[in-house]
Amino acid sequence: MQTEAKKTYDKLSRKIALTVITVSLAPLILVGGLIFDQFRSIYRAKVYAHLAEVVDKQNDNVNNFLSEKLAEVQYLTRVFTYEELSDPQTLEQALKGMQQQYGRIFVDLGIIDENGSQVAYAGPFDLLGADYSKADWYINSRNKKTCISDVFMGLRQAPHFIITINNSSAGKPWTLRATIDFLAFSNLVENVHIGETGYAYILNKEGVFQTRPQVGRNSDLVLTPYEDIQQPTPGEGVSIQLSKGSDGEKYVTVSSLLKNGDWKLVYQQNMSDAFSAMIRSEFITLVIFLSGGLAIIAMALYLSRKLVTHIEFIDDENEMMNRQMVETGKLASIGELAAGIAHEINNPVAIMIEEAGWVSDLLEDEGKEMSSYTEITRALEQVRTQGGRCKDITHKLLSFARKTDSRVVDVFLPELIEEVLEISIQQARYAQVNLSLDLDRSMGPVRASVSELQQVFLNLFNNAVQAMEAEGGTLSVSCRAEGDEAYVSVADTGPGIPAANLSRIFDPFFTTKPVGKGSGLGLSICFGLIHQMGGEIDVESGVGQGARFNIRLPLPPTGTEHDVEKEE
Amino acid sequence: MMDATILFVDDEVGFVDAMSKRLARRNMTIHTAYDGDQAMKSLGEHPGIEVVILDMKMPGKDGLEVLRDIKRDHPIVEVIMLTGHATVESAIEGMQNGAFDYLMKPCNIDDLTEKIRMAVKLYHDHEDEEVQARIDDITHRMA
Repeated sequence: MQTEAKKTYDKLSRKIALTVITVSLAPLILVGGLIFDQFRSIYRAKVYAHLAEVVDKQNDNVNNFLSEKLAEVQYLTRVFTYEELSDPQTLEQALKGMQQQYGRIFVDLGIIDENGSQVAYAGPFDLLGADYSKADWYINSRNKKTCISDVFMGLRQAPHFIITINNSSAGKPWTLRATIDFLAFSNLVENVHIGETGYAYILNKEGVFQTRPQVGRNSDLVLTPYEDIQQPTPGEGVSIQLSKGSDGEKYVTVSSLLKNGDWKLVYQQNMSDAFSAMIRSEFITLVIFLSGGLAIIAMALYLSRKLVTHIEFIDDENEMMNRQMVETGKLASIGELAAGIAHEINNPVAIMIEEAGWVSDLLEDEGKEMSSYTEITRALEQVRTQGGRCKDITHKLLSFARKTDSRVVDVFLPELIEEVLEISIQQARYAQVNLSLDLDRSMGPVRASVSELQQVFLNLFNNAVQAMEAEGGTLSVSCRAEGDEAYVSVADTGPGIPAANLSRIFDPFFTTKPVGKGSGLGLSICFGLIHQMGGEIDVESGVGQGARFNIRLPLPPTGTEHDVEKEE
Repeated sequence: MMDATILFVDDEVGFVDAMSKRLARRNMTIHTAYDGDQAMKSLGEHPGIEVVILDMKMPGKDGLEVLRDIKRDHPIVEVIMLTGHATVESAIEGMQNGAFDYLMKPCNIDDLTEKIRMAVKLYHDHEDEEVQARIDDITHRMA
């Protein structure tokens, strides 16, 4: 039965929690997910667009640089003839002029005859007469008017590339060759650096690096492309590719063609780096979302538990109230029954007493000579005495079964207290409880209902006696007038009330007695009654210190007492 | 010891019998009735009744009603209410309606005789007053 009820409450609690969680989390998840997804795709598009723009711009820069250099070298062939350039002095002058004009980008100049042999040279190396007929860049450039070679180490053992201009004079082809410092060129590209892992480099058709690869770059890295991003690119020929690296990282590669497709400008960055801002905000969002969700779940669980506990409490209280009602009804009918029985017994007792009286009357006149006269008289007296006891009992029963009388009259507290004590004294005697009375009999009356006050004191006395039942003790009752108030205190030497219970002791249904023993109503009724009379009741207690109930009741002002009575 | 004419009204036959024997032994003339109607009839038949001892709780007419009837028909007859505890309030109400006093059942015979004595005295006072009033009335008329 108990577990059954618990199951029902648990089920209710679960249901409430589930409903609250669903209702609050579902929109959160939907809206959050949507925003999350939108944010992600928009941010991605932005990043790709930005990368594409950077690469496109860089591509333009590199292309411009190359075509500028080409034009500058070509300019030499326009202003000088083969003969002039073949003169080392003129060539030296031309190189110096160019270096002065454009910086030390131009390392050297050379004139190569139709056989590939360098016939004139100006520059830091001793390359006069070098044979280039087998060199790749030379062979490649043979049938083109102008050509820019790949970067290579060459004879000087330093990376560089060569611009060649083919020309002919008097039917004899010749070639002007200019070496471009690799460093200057490399810087152009390497300056493109985004984030921690983003860098640019240039590859030729064979995939050979034309710029210095990034320092610390894993040279064994193999990229496996898995997705091409179709991008509304700002420049033509920029393509974006996502790849999975052999190191487990994902990479985004943005590339565009240089030098009419001979070279490829590649920008490469770790995906996690490129999207670091997005990942960070995604992480924060996720954390907020998760902690919010957890908070909602915790709150829902807590609230539902609390709600159900409250419902359980109310249910319990209801049930207790119902039980109390039944109990009260039972008590009332028992009271009526007692009154009926008392009244019915009263008559036979009265008859018995009168008959005994009659017999003793008769004996007075006629039986004095009987030898057993004294014994019969004693027996009759006994009958009368015991009949009187019965009468007392029935009268007491009747007075407590009577309906409570809430008429307000003048009540003398000391007398009332003694009267009530007489009723509880029997129980007190069994419990080895001593009485200590300090009643000021000269005090004036309070105006209250006798039966209500009886009820209050009966409750307090019974509680005190019950508290001391185990070990005995002293019940002290004092009563005095002070100013315009009457003070009554009822103290016991029982085990006392723990501080935790002190604040609840006047609450209805609060009881420390075992189930079925106490209703928890006694003190709350006292509280209600005393307050109705305009008085106060409080309690002082602590564990091991016994308990003292103090009651203050207003005394009617002495001057107007007479008038009050007149009004009634 | 004491001369008094009394009507004892109670539905408890045993109680009435015991009491009337005890009171008769104290020189009283006792009439008995076991309910209100009998009591009124008895009062009619015996004009010398001075005091009625009347139980409050009886089947049929209860004590208060009977009291009102008595006070209406025989105003100078004194009534002592006899009550079980539960009917004290109605006994007090009876006093307000002109009963002489009330007693709780079972009662002490000495208390009862004392009250009867006082009631009889009051009865005679009232009777004298009434006689005097009648004499005054007649002399007044004669004059």
